[in-house]
Amino acid sequence: MTQRLVVIGAGMASGRMIEHLLDGAPEGWDITLFNAEPRGNYNRLMLSPVLSGEKTYDEIVTHDDGFYAARGIACRFGETVTRIDRARKVVVSAGGETPYDRLVIATGSAPFIIPVAGRDLPGVVTYRDLEDTNAMIAASAPGAKAVVIGGGLLGLEAAAGMAARGADVTVIHLMGHLMERQLDPAAGYLLQKDLERRGIRVHCKGATKAILGRDRVEAVLLEDGTVYGADLVCMAVGIRPEVRIATDAALDVGRGITVDARMQTSDPSIFALGECVEFEEQLFGLVAPLYDQARVLADVLNGGDAAFRPVQTATKLKVTGCDLFSAGDFAEAPGREEIVFRDPGRGIYKRLVIENDRLIGAVMYGDTADGNWFFQAIKDGTDISATRETLIFGPAFAGGVQSDPLAAVAALPPEAEICGCNGVCKGRIVQAIEGGATDLGQVRAQTKASASCGTCTGLVEQVLALTLGDAFQKPAAQAICGCTDLTHEEVRRLIKARELKSMPAVMQELGWRTSCGCPSCRPALNFYLLADWPLEYRDDAQSRFVNERLHANIQKDGTFSVVPRMWGGVTNPRELRAIADAAEKYDVPMVKVTGGQRIDLLGVRKEDLPAIWADLNAAGLVSGHAYSKGLRTVKTCVGSEFCRFGTQDSTGLGIALEQRLWGSWTPHKVKLGVSGCPRNCAEATCKDVGIVCVDSGYEIGVGGAAGMDVKETQRLIKAGTEAEAIEITVAFVQLYREHAKYLDRPYKWIAKVGLDWVRDQIADPATRAGLVERFDLSQRVYQKDPWAERAQPREARRFRPVADLSLEAAE
Amino acid sequence: MTIWIDIAALDEIPQRGARTVRTAQGCVAVFRTFDDRVFALDDRCPHKGGPLSDGIVHGHAVTCPLHAWVFSLETGMAQGADAGSVATYPARVEAGRVLIDAERLMGRRVA
Ligand code: SRM
Ligand SMILES: Cc1cc2nc3c(=O)[nH]c(=O)nc-3n(C[C@H](O)[C@H](O)[C@H](O)COP(=O)(O)OP(=O)(O)OC[C@H]3O[C@@H](n4cnc5c(N)ncnc54)[C@H](O)[C@@H]3O)c2cc1C
Ligand code: SF4
Ligand code: FES
Repeated sequence: MTQRLVVIGAGMASGRMIEHLLDGAPEGWDITLFNAEPRGNYNRLMLSPVLSGEKTYDEIVTHDDGFYAARGIACRFGETVTRIDRARKVVVSAGGETPYDRLVIATGSAPFIIPVAGRDLPGVVTYRDLEDTNAMIAASAPGAKAVVIGGGLLGLEAAAGMAARGADVTVIHLMGHLMERQLDPAAGYLLQKDLERRGIRVHCKGATKAILGRDRVEAVLLEDGTVYGADLVCMAVGIRPEVRIATDAALDVGRGITVDARMQTSDPSIFALGECVEFEEQLFGLVAPLYDQARVLADVLNGGDAAFRPVQTATKLKVTGCDLFSAGDFAEAPGREEIVFRDPGRGIYKRLVIENDRLIGAVMYGDTADGNWFFQAIKDGTDISATRETLIFGPAFAGGVQSDPLAAVAALPPEAEICGCNGVCKGRIVQAIEGGATDLGQVRAQTKASASCGTCTGLVEQVLALTLGDAFQKPAAQAICGCTDLTHEEVRRLIKARELKSMPAVMQELGWRTSCGCPSCRPALNFYLLADWPLEYRDDAQSRFVNERLHANIQKDGTFSVVPRMWGGVTNPRELRAIADAAEKYDVPMVKVTGGQRIDLLGVRKEDLPAIWADLNAAGLVSGHAYSKGLRTVKTCVGSEFCRFGTQDSTGLGIALEQRLWGSWTPHKVKLGVSGCPRNCAEATCKDVGIVCVDSGYEIGVGGAAGMDVKETQRLIKAGTEAEAIEITVAFVQLYREHAKYLDRPYKWIAKVGLDWVRDQIADPATRAGLVERFDLSQRVYQKDPWAERAQPREARRFRPVADLSLEAAE
Repeated sequence: MTIWIDIAALDEIPQRGARTVRTAQGCVAVFRTFDDRVFALDDRCPHKGGPLSDGIVHGHAVTCPLHAWVFSLETGMAQGADAGSVATYPARVEAGRVLIDAERLMGRRVA
């Protein structure tokens, strides 16, 4: 029989609990899930990469609508539970009463607000959820001033994220050094130096006296009289368990809701887990123990007898470039010894704390590769008396293997924990790989390793490499080129997030290693910048490949080919005559009909280009962009105008599309085809966008190609009218322009983002309209005939030598 | 002896770009780098004759437009795995004008 389960709070803990619960008994539960936030489960830990611009919110959603729908979970998102009526077994919310057989409280915690004057002013935020994150993103425009109160894990991730977006950030910390609960003073000092190097001001021993401002925050005043100007203040001084509804319902509550090892509260029908609970006088603030609780509670609810036992946790900071690790107890005390290693030149510090020949604590900064190995020794209580001398050099030395990057991982025993958040050990990962997992995604799906805070991703990849040997392929997340470690996707996101609008800005802000890039990154950056900032950015001809710089295709002998546009493949005697005249006048060695339904004049000398263009222009012919990562041709068939089978005017639609889209730059070339009926004489089904007309409208397919890969289009959407077909095509091209990696044809890009996602964007009227509007805006700048511009005498000069010394030299 | 000939204003050559100079024996490419230095090299790639002046200029190097061989502008040597070199000629900027060594250019005929 199914039981009614009500869950209060859709957070990290309850989300994991529900997964386990339904894995164990898919039909056993009728679940109602309340969440005060207006959304379902997402990976809260990953708010920091969202804040810094390295990830988007969509990428950190862990359970989407489909997940809940498939499991019949009633979602009450945006609805706070205000009361629990234990006598009648109902919970009360704005939507009324909801009865339960079993109730789970998973309300997490609430940020602590220090009771200083001004704490309620607009512009004071905490750091807990997406709203907070978005508020900080909105306030971190370059040059804006932000003050973070609290130099712990959350405060520093907030500070680094806002600084990455260009804000001028100050961290105020009450204690003598940063993250004092996880770090000793030496590591705290190195961390502070690293943060200062990236422009973050750190004020330790700073007590906040008041937040100043009239209508919104303006500054923060410290006890010592210092004042820091602030457009935004983020309070990150700590959290306290969110226990209000439990207290009101007269459950046993200490600092958190008291639970036993079965996660049961003082009411046998009510359970609790996550940051809101207290177990054996302990509170929990990291996800690793919460996931253990989730497993235990799911088992208990399904009738099992699991029991929760807290284990030690280790801490890492998710700030790119700040490598720190701490675990166990590292305070100084009588009877304890320590081993310290410092390398000031490289900013490395390691300290091990030993008691009774056992390692009890470790703090590392700068080089944390051996962290997991030490952590394992702490948990195992390994006797280290024999290896004491070389212990600090880690497993590589212990095993006699020197400086092999994989050695540290190879030396780990199977029980060694790789993913701290999810408690996944090396043996479990190896097992998954031996069972057929061949990449990070599969290991993640099967074991959950690296699925939470992500800092162990490198370790998981190393286990993959060790287990699979040469068969392991490092994931496709490849840096653009040798000038940077960032991938195309990361750079695209950072260009938007940090509003980088010029090539020097990108190279400076994102730390390019070369003076002015290389032939791989420069054309890509030039495209990203002009696609994202059509009004602000100025196209850089020197960052384009010769074809796009000179608007003609270079040939093997250094001459060029000239292909005028022939709208939809249609021409007329006047155009043909102009082409014939030009071919004769400039001695064109070959005139050829192309595969794209137009005429190619091959073998034109560079110096003659401006003149031949001027002649063609005079007959109304413009550049066909046969050389561009941009709109190429729109191939059409004769359609209903002449063909006895034609259902619509495919030629007319093709011409209209070409006239709307020509001149636009795209990540790779874009070709269209429009066929008048499913006989498909225009070969529309192997084009980037292929439209096949039918009696009832226009079938629009995307992602076709017939080059190195032959791909058939996939159905995107059906349009009822010609106008709608044009609008959908424009929206699709703009979506591709905004998101794809440079040199990915649409079919490659669609394989990455998924056709469903593309369709959702295009189908949504508001999104579609936005895309069309942005495309048209860009066309106002870029839809110009480049030939006409370069046929002008001023520009034409550039196609000729700057000087002629042939006469002088001959004398 | 060096005979410096004024061939153009520096502004005539785009930064990170090139223009050509016609000589009796073929074209010489004159490059201007991001830091406003100028370099003169034969405008013929030793691989298959590609016009180096149409390549992408990055740092003090140029990538041939035909098959992407990379050449140092300073030495004319092919970089990386490719072997070969292009003749270089002295060039400099003075008061906003680009000067190249005509002596060496004319000497090409003899060489
Ligand atoms: C002129 C033309 C061949 C012809 O004589 O018919 C041609 C010529 C070139 N094609 Fe093409 N392609 C031509 C139609 C095609 C077609 C057929 C079509 O468009 O219907 C295809 C297959 C369809 C497709 O694109 O999916 C085609 C697939 C390619 C590819 C492979 C693209 C791919 O994604 O796999 C390349 C390489 C590339 O773009 O990176 C390429 C590249 C080239 C280049 C630009 C190679 C280069 O970089 O120099 C050739 C320039 C020759 C020159 O010197 O002018 N060409 N090329 C055709 C010009 C059409 C036009 O009017 O613009
Ligand atoms: C920015 C940030 C970075 C972090 N980084 C790390 C990290 O690197 N490693 C790590 O281990 N931990 C990290 N944490 C901590 C980790 O996110 C928490 O430990 C974890 O999310 C707690 O899970 P939970 O389910 O108990 O609570 P939550 O995830 O907070 O979920 C509780 C949910 O309950 C809802 N709720 C509360 N009251 C009610 C009510 N009355 N009715 C309905 N809904 C209610 C809340 O809106 C919330 O959505 C980080 C936290 C933050 C904010
Ligand atoms: S197939 Fe295309 S790229 Fe290849 S030789 Fe022919 S025109 Fe050139
Ligand atoms: S001709 Fe220059 S690389 Fe081939």
